[in-house]
Amino acid sequence: MNAVWPHLPILQVIVPLFGALLAGLLRRAGPAFAVALVASWLMPFIAGAMLWQVLTTGPISYHIGGWPPPWGIEYRVDALNGFVLVLVSAVGAVIMPFARRSVAFEIEEGQQAWFYCMYLLCLTGLLGIAVTGDAFNAFVFLEISSLSTYVLIALGRDRRALLAAFQYLIMGTMGATFYIIGVGLLYLLTGTLNLVDIAGRLGPEWTNHSRAIVAALAFITVGVSLKLALFPLHAWLPNAYAYAPSWVTVFLSATATKVAIYLLARFFFSIFGVAIDFRDLPVTEIVIALSVAAMLVASLIAVFQTDLKRMLAYSSVAQIGYITLGIGLANLAGLTGGLVHIVNHALMKAALFLAVGAIFLRVGTVRLSDLAGIGRKMPLTMTAFTVACFGLVGTPGTSGFISKWYLVLGALDKGWWVLVFLIVASSLIALLYVGRVLEIVWLREPLPALAQASDPPASMLLPIVVLAAATIYFGLDTEWTAGIASTTAKGLLGGLR
Amino acid sequence: MTATLSIESLVVLAVLTPFAGALLIPLFRSAPNLRETVTLVTAGTLCAVTFSLLGPVLDGARPEAQIIRVAPGLDLAFKVEPLGMLFALTAAALWVVNSIYSIGYMRANDEPRQTTFYVCFAVALGSTIGIAFAKNLFTLFLFYEALTLSTYPLVTHKRNEEAVRAGRIYLLLLLGTSLLLLLPAIIATWAIAGTLDFTPGGILAGKAGAPVIAILLALYIFGIGKAAVMPLHFWLPAAMVAPTPVSALLHAVAVVKAGVFTIVKVAVFIFGVDHLSSLGQSGWLTAVAGTTVIAASIVALRQDNLKRRLAYSTISQLSYVVLGVAILAPISLTGAAMHIAAHAFSKITLFFAAGSIHTAAHLTEVSQLDGIGRRMPWTMAAFTIGALGMIGIPPTAGFLGKWFILTGAMQTANWLAVSVIIVSTLLNAGYFLPIVFRAFFRDPPADRHGPKLSEAPWPMVLALAATAVGSMLMFFLPGIPYALATLMMGR
Repeated sequence: MNAVWPHLPILQVIVPLFGALLAGLLRRAGPAFAVALVASWLMPFIAGAMLWQVLTTGPISYHIGGWPPPWGIEYRVDALNGFVLVLVSAVGAVIMPFARRSVAFEIEEGQQAWFYCMYLLCLTGLLGIAVTGDAFNAFVFLEISSLSTYVLIALGRDRRALLAAFQYLIMGTMGATFYIIGVGLLYLLTGTLNLVDIAGRLGPEWTNHSRAIVAALAFITVGVSLKLALFPLHAWLPNAYAYAPSWVTVFLSATATKVAIYLLARFFFSIFGVAIDFRDLPVTEIVIALSVAAMLVASLIAVFQTDLKRMLAYSSVAQIGYITLGIGLANLAGLTGGLVHIVNHALMKAALFLAVGAIFLRVGTVRLSDLAGIGRKMPLTMTAFTVACFGLVGTPGTSGFISKWYLVLGALDKGWWVLVFLIVASSLIALLYVGRVLEIVWLREPLPALAQASDPPASMLLPIVVLAAATIYFGLDTEWTAGIASTTAKGLLGGLR
Repeated sequence: MTATLSIESLVVLAVLTPFAGALLIPLFRSAPNLRETVTLVTAGTLCAVTFSLLGPVLDGARPEAQIIRVAPGLDLAFKVEPLGMLFALTAAALWVVNSIYSIGYMRANDEPRQTTFYVCFAVALGSTIGIAFAKNLFTLFLFYEALTLSTYPLVTHKRNEEAVRAGRIYLLLLLGTSLLLLLPAIIATWAIAGTLDFTPGGILAGKAGAPVIAILLALYIFGIGKAAVMPLHFWLPAAMVAPTPVSALLHAVAVVKAGVFTIVKVAVFIFGVDHLSSLGQSGWLTAVAGTTVIAASIVALRQDNLKRRLAYSTISQLSYVVLGVAILAPISLTGAAMHIAAHAFSKITLFFAAGSIHTAAHLTEVSQLDGIGRRMPWTMAAFTIGALGMIGIPPTAGFLGKWFILTGAMQTANWLAVSVIIVSTLLNAGYFLPIVFRAFFRDPPADRHGPKLSEAPWPMVLALAATAVGSMLMFFLPGIPYALATLMMGR
């Protein structure tokens, strides 16, 4: 144990990376799945141990190859990325058992091992972005996760999946390019790529000639915003989510956008917020305006979707708006709300997309008009689905309420009553699209085509139920979500100028 | 067993009992008799537990139970105070009666999906008790939303086009008002006062200026959509599409009373009556409530469908409670609290009668009721007692609540309120007495055949007789509700 303990940060990345290699070499679906399962189930223990260490003894700094920073690559875990690592790895672990049946149903036999290989690479990339303390290393992991994601999306049965993957490839490459231009500018200014070092070198003396910093800020913000699908840079997301294999949509919605959001928060609060006074620039205002637009416009678009998966995809764009709104508010309550919604949204959206995957397994379609009365055929799945839907609306007793509570408090703290009403108005629109689905699913007579449908096997049902239960649990006990989010937010805001 | 239970655990038990029942009912879905037994046992247990709390509360105990700390300063917690006690007693007692009635009604009308019906009913009652015993606004809000969601499947029970459309209106108006207006009001209250606990004398006094208080009060009054203050009342007539036992217990007692109960709670324990009075908030509130009382009565006059007429009467009567709050005199608040209980007994009787007529004679419109009293004497006698309660004529409990509200209006020289009460009494008589007249003194239409005497199934008749007697008993023995209503003000 003592030999492993100091190397946790690198193990977080190495284990899935070698797992990917192994899964690729095994070539057969069953063993590849076993590798993916073992690797995914190891991750939360590593992440949890690190978060526990961070919360008890402070940030962890790990030097790759023994080279001290800023010369070597540093992996640095504090409360913010410890929190994200636990989320990503825990969601991965919970949804993994679901993959076997779903993947076997949706992906050709010969490609299943590659699927698990790509998944593990994607997991490596996402965990790497979160764990690294190096701006360029983050870019490398960003590319690893993106490239594997393109493959994962393209594996979808529908031929439109290819187009969606291509569209995402174009947008994602633009995003990565913008990001690396921003990092390049920062390197020119400071001569370092280590995030802590960058922040340290961008001292007060930069305030008056900070045009290059502003340019770097703009490039990085736009680049990362493309990856996290901030409105109006979200165009790739609905297609990618709608045509990707069911399980891929679950994984991406719960983790990929969340890690990108982490990266944005890291640059905003640990680097630019330290270097320049945000209040001189309209950055937060722009982020708030775009977030509100996402919450309202994307929700409205969701109301008119005919495909359940696509509807939930637009809902994701809207819910990401809640998170970035919290980042834009940049006060304690608001940022806590944004950070806690990273977790809350990941859990409820994973539950929803899993339920969609279960429906697809049983019915072979997720068009709303084909799902009339499915609630009575798949009662447990759809009950969990309904609970998660209430979470989207933000009914008290669900985790969505907690997020909304802190965001509204953050808006009130600024005295912005209009924003308060915009936030609650967006949850009313969420009620519209959610209510529309629930009405079709529960109140219509089951279609004859659904006669054979039933709840999925336990390996698929259990993850759905666990995540839906988490939506309720984290609505009533928020010590591990809002508690940590609040500590993190305090730390991030404390560093601001 | 009961002797060993502490009073605090009784509070939790009261809230949990209906939810436990809701979990048990589906297990007996294939054995309707057992299933209904579970409902009755659950209702009986709830009633017994609630009544066992009455003594201690009258003696001055205020049992509390903390369930979980959701976030710093945000607790899921219960505390029984006299007003909540009164509301819980009313709901629990009437659930027993209503369950007996439901069994008769659901079976006689051969309704589908009865298991879902009983499960949702139990959840709705559990939510109602949660509202009644909430220690703070957060807990109240949680159960308030749970009540909306659990009654939605009951409103849409018939699953036809009309029911689904009504369900939409129901959900959108109730959740819409609470999301858009009530939630911001609650969060703003928390931001201003730093607490959400119901505290005698209020928590907002001296913490915000008069304009902010006025805005907050408006957000609360209109945000609490369940109180059906005009113009946010449309959901209630729409909800009448539900089976009659739902209209009777939920849309005449639990749901709507939860609305006015919340308004009273917020006025007394969040704002503070003296605080509101010193800010001169009485005027516009009286106008809003008075308008609803009169306008809803006028609409009721023109409804031919019996259940819709009763629904508009409910809207009007609910605003009596709001009026009692608006007058901002202690005695009128006592009246408001008593009216919550009194109206419950009378209105449930009227709905029971309507359902009984529907079941036995398949009639739904007022104009069809000529001579029905001769065919269904028990039902129409009970209906008459209920109608007297609506008008506020002794010997029914409706008289008491109205009397106290009127006294308060006179004490504070609120002549607008006084005239509203007088005019509305005339209007109440105008839409209820013709029904009674038709039923007893007009000859049945010549084309109507059938047996001379054909009452509804006995469980239904038993239930409506019980509530009718109850509403008279409350007039002769008003001790308990009066004691609770006066204790509420902390005297």
